[in-house]
Amino acid sequence: MTNLRAPRGTRHLPPPLPEPRGTVSAAVVAALRGPGRPGLPPVPADCAVYGDDLQLALYILYELHYRGFEGVPERLEWDGGLLTHRAAIEDRFLDALRTDVPPDGAGTAGEALDALQIEPVGDDGGLSYFLRNEGTFEQLREYAALRSLYHLKEADPHAWVIPRLHGRAKAAMVAVEFDEFGAGRADEIHAELFADLMEDLRLDTAYGHYVDAAPAEALAPVNLMSLFGLHRALRGALVGHFAAVEVTSSPASRRLAEALRRVGAGPAAVRFYTEHVEADAVHEQVVRHDVVGGLLESEPRLDADVVFGIRATGYLEDRLATRLLGAWRDGCPVLPLGR
Amino acid sequence: MPNTPERPRRVRVQRNGPLLVEGPVEVVGEDGEVTVSNRFTVAVCTCRRSRTLPWCDTSHRCRDRHRAGPA
Repeated sequence: MTNLRAPRGTRHLPPPLPEPRGTVSAAVVAALRGPGRPGLPPVPADCAVYGDDLQLALYILYELHYRGFEGVPERLEWDGGLLTHRAAIEDRFLDALRTDVPPDGAGTAGEALDALQIEPVGDDGGLSYFLRNEGTFEQLREYAALRSLYHLKEADPHAWVIPRLHGRAKAAMVAVEFDEFGAGRADEIHAELFADLMEDLRLDTAYGHYVDAAPAEALAPVNLMSLFGLHRALRGALVGHFAAVEVTSSPASRRLAEALRRVGAGPAAVRFYTEHVEADAVHEQVVRHDVVGGLLESEPRLDADVVFGIRATGYLEDRLATRLLGAWRDGCPVLPLGR
Repeated sequence: MPNTPERPRRVRVQRNGPLLVEGPVEVVGEDGEVTVSNRFTVAVCTCRRSRTLPWCDTSHRCRDRHRAGPA
């Protein structure tokens, strides 16, 4: 078996720029690649907001704040023209989400989180149920490859909210992030545990390796975290998003651990999810009581933003689940993976 | 977090959820087995439904046959 774990030190290098998927992402790639760095034309009005072209363009612009890209000057992270262009795409994305996740009748943040805690009876509960019951080894590899877009930078988008929080919310957020980042031990960083999982599943652990293979539905949830994390004005939505992830993670992680055991995956693959069963049962409580509770105590007017973050997360996760389950139930692979 | 008279260890009790204890924590079971958790906060199962006893795994949650979740 080939060892696909990139050598220590090289796995974290900036990845190559992704392949464009239309005029908008092509213009962004051209602007980053140079030479001459052509200007960015306005985004066409008919460009599908959740489609491949726009989501990839946004993904590339956000990555400048994480690892950047091979051959792209680091100072372009704060290039005025790129930021203006990104803001125009973000406005489209946010407008669409606010339309698709309308505020009317949404209730309070507490009610929205209560609703997330109700587990469906039976097996018709989405992705993790499908994978637990009938997912194949190949489907679990596809799932992990797609989730690597987030898990190889797990908890990074959420760290941006820390300076925007105070008191109880800040102390609790930092405590949870400390856990996500390995509680002081590099080999326990959750992103590293995910790389171990990928290695067990014979996937390439290099950062950004599966971006080109990922459909728009897999890019959008990661873009949502970056959008919420990078904007102080969206701190309430970031906290809501983070709470939604922590509340739903523990039971889903148990099902994914069961799925991986059933298909005979290695111990590192299983461990990533068993760790999240226990860790996220704690994180859920801390995020609810102290991060959400603390934020809303000091800024009660952000309640609707927290609800928006929770519901936008669910909306985009549902779109991803529909895409994956549609393909898998038809017996089709979602992305091309070598063995 | 050290447990001192100036700053006693905090335990949060909830009607429908785990006992939240500032870690690290050792739990001694009925059979005398000691389980250790070094997390900053530890969620100790109180509903006895957890498959990872003594720790909470969210098995206390309500179930509803009408809802299909995204996860």
